[in-house]
Amino acid sequence: MLDTTPMTTLPLAPGVGFKSSHFTAISEDPGDVAWLEIHAENYMGDGGRPLAQLNALAERFPVSVHGVGLSIGGTKALDTDHLERLRRLCDRINPASFSEHLAWSTHDVGFLNDLLPLPYTEKTLTHVADHIDQVQDTLGRKMLLENPSTYLAFAENEMSEIDFLKAVVRRTGCGLLLDVNNVFVSATNQNTDAYDYINAFPLHAVGEIHLGGHDVQEDEHGAPLLIDSHGAAVADPVWALYAHTLKTGGLRPTLIEWDTDVPDWPILRNEARLAAEVLETAK
Amino acid sequence: MSAMDGFAEALLDPAQAVPKGLVDPEGRTAGKRFDVYRNNVVASLSRALAEGFPTIQSLVGTEFFNAMAGVYVRAHPPTDPRMMYFGAEMPVFLAAFGPVQHLTYLPDIARLELGLRESYHAGDAQGLTAEVLASLPQDSLEELRFPMVPSARLISSGHPIFSIWTRARDPQAPAPVPGGQDILIARPSFDPEPHLLGPGMMAFFTALSQAALLSEAIAIAAQTASEFDPGQALTLALSTEILEVPEVS
Repeated sequence: MLDTTPMTTLPLAPGVGFKSSHFTAISEDPGDVAWLEIHAENYMGDGGRPLAQLNALAERFPVSVHGVGLSIGGTKALDTDHLERLRRLCDRINPASFSEHLAWSTHDVGFLNDLLPLPYTEKTLTHVADHIDQVQDTLGRKMLLENPSTYLAFAENEMSEIDFLKAVVRRTGCGLLLDVNNVFVSATNQNTDAYDYINAFPLHAVGEIHLGGHDVQEDEHGAPLLIDSHGAAVADPVWALYAHTLKTGGLRPTLIEWDTDVPDWPILRNEARLAAEVLETAK
Repeated sequence: MSAMDGFAEALLDPAQAVPKGLVDPEGRTAGKRFDVYRNNVVASLSRALAEGFPTIQSLVGTEFFNAMAGVYVRAHPPTDPRMMYFGAEMPVFLAAFGPVQHLTYLPDIARLELGLRESYHAGDAQGLTAEVLASLPQDSLEELRFPMVPSARLISSGHPIFSIWTRARDPQAPAPVPGGQDILIARPSFDPEPHLLGPGMMAFFTALSQAALLSEAIAIAAQTASEFDPGQALTLALSTEILEVPEVS
């Protein structure tokens, strides 16, 4: 049977990662911002301001729920309590999209609150695909899986990241969230070509694009080492790579992420305007 | 054997070597590249603690707090992906942490800050107001139960934690004087506020929260402190909307 459930119903327009401090400003002057993304874990309390703000926003904007704590890339079984909380949150606001990361964060030592890398092997592929099946079955919706930013590689890799993601899509029917900043960061750190990555990427499966800022450092051998900080404006080469992505694969809902050193609303709104211009040019 | 196996342990223990099989583009063992993950983990968890314990941070100083947070996250890494609940062991940790053991009030300040954060995220409930109280059958009020709303918290301390907490945020506030203080945390809308409790009020509200009748709670509070003023306690409860609307049979 042909599965025609959409990956996402987000508009082909810019969105931003919602920060509580922007609540009033967004309501008054959203600018080009047509949708909002929330980090699921921040809305898993029982009540109070976070859920009240979310209810108000969800009445006005399409909302994308973006999980950062499920540890889909881990070898441990998924935390079913956490998955149940995700189900309740999605049932509460019926988001336009649900996404999570190709990464892990939970281990025997605890929850490490970072998106940690995994080797690309048949074994990890089985874990990831099983986890995504479980998520999609529990939530009753398709999810998008985000490509990671990486700082190192696993010598044990049996396949490329792109072949890994393609296999995940094939096995689970999930969509992909293409983080163009992550592509640029990883390609620089792995000394590969970001444009080759985009050209080889299964763009047909992409339901959403992420853009964000990174920090520039060097490793101990003097090689460039970019850090996916989400704490700065989108860098020029990332805008160029984004324009290339749209030209190659078509328009996609595009999120500006700015999670640390969060700027005043007009600065974030302006990043969304820049994304709107690139989207307009690519039409 | 995968390089993932020792990854997590090595993240939290800087003395451990980088797991074998983690490499840079030249195939050299990752050094600084692995340290990025080490730094991300400790920095993001420390940031969560700083957001949860702003008063502790202001009392001990940012630099000391950050160093202490590094010790805490290794001793008590979170077990739950919800950062809003991270830091529950902070009172116990502070009581045992050598460099601040002489600051005997710190654990109770941490309990206060945990209470404020719990209150912020607690479930919503309509609190009892003076208007609603006036609409209840007045002759049987004392035989009703008034449980507390989910966002209300009670914190009892042998230290003047209300004064310390207030002065940490406002240097113009009066200096704390020795002696215990009891606190009620209330969240009438979205912002939790601590309130200093008068004599007997802790016993009064505790009894109510444990499903005592109003008459029983008044009796218990009067027994605890002869100066207990039920009118004052009720005024505070109504203005802060910490009691649920009782079920009238």
